[in-house]
Amino acid sequence: MANIRVEYFAILREHVGQSGENLETNSRTVADLFDELDRRYRFPKMAHMKVAINDEFAEWDSVLANGDSVVFIPPVAGG
Amino acid sequence: MNSFEFSASPLIPDQLREQLLDRTAGAYVGFEGWVRDHNEGRQVLNLEYEAYEELGLKEGEKIVQDVKSRFGVTEARCVHRVGKLEIGDLAVWVGVSSPHRDEAFTACRYIIDQVKHRVPIWKKEQYTDGDSGWVNCERCSESNAAAVHDV
Repeated sequence: MANIRVEYFAILREHVGQSGENLETNSRTVADLFDELDRRYRFPKMAHMKVAINDEFAEWDSVLANGDSVVFIPPVAGG
Repeated sequence: MNSFEFSASPLIPDQLREQLLDRTAGAYVGFEGWVRDHNEGRQVLNLEYEAYEELGLKEGEKIVQDVKSRFGVTEARCVHRVGKLEIGDLAVWVGVSSPHRDEAFTACRYIIDQVKHRVPIWKKEQYTDGDSGWVNCERCSESNAAAVHDV
């Protein structure tokens, strides 16, 4: 069981209705955590989403550690 | 001084440009990205930028530093707005100074292209018909289908 901080931005923040939450999870990887949260929130379907752990881009199969901060990154649109 | 920044207040190109002045530079190229009144066939009323600033600052800095070493330019900077913007507002500014013009043009183009592609910034457009939407999220549907991620 790990304590994880999840931050939400843009379309995900609006969809979830909050900018972040602390949660306890048994998910092993960030992909597992996404699937767990998707079952709860039914996230908008989107292609090419990225993920960050502790403010660094990460792979979806990265294993979560207690205290990690996770951000799911929808398609970007700067400029 | 950071080479990449976010700004919640209006950008003033003349002030930004001054930070690139250098006696060894013979060329300066600046790019200004403006808020347009239409996008993909829809009339835009205004828009809002939201950034994941902690990661965005790191990624933006990497882009500009990479350009400075790769193209041998003298100085390079980029500033991106966050918050609510109106039509005609300056949304993003890139400036590059270098000994000669070729590398300044190339580096400026490279920076804006990479920033648009890599820095976690999102744009929500408000349309004149009352609707609104997150840009580049046209395939993000509010359906109950499982989300897709690249594993």
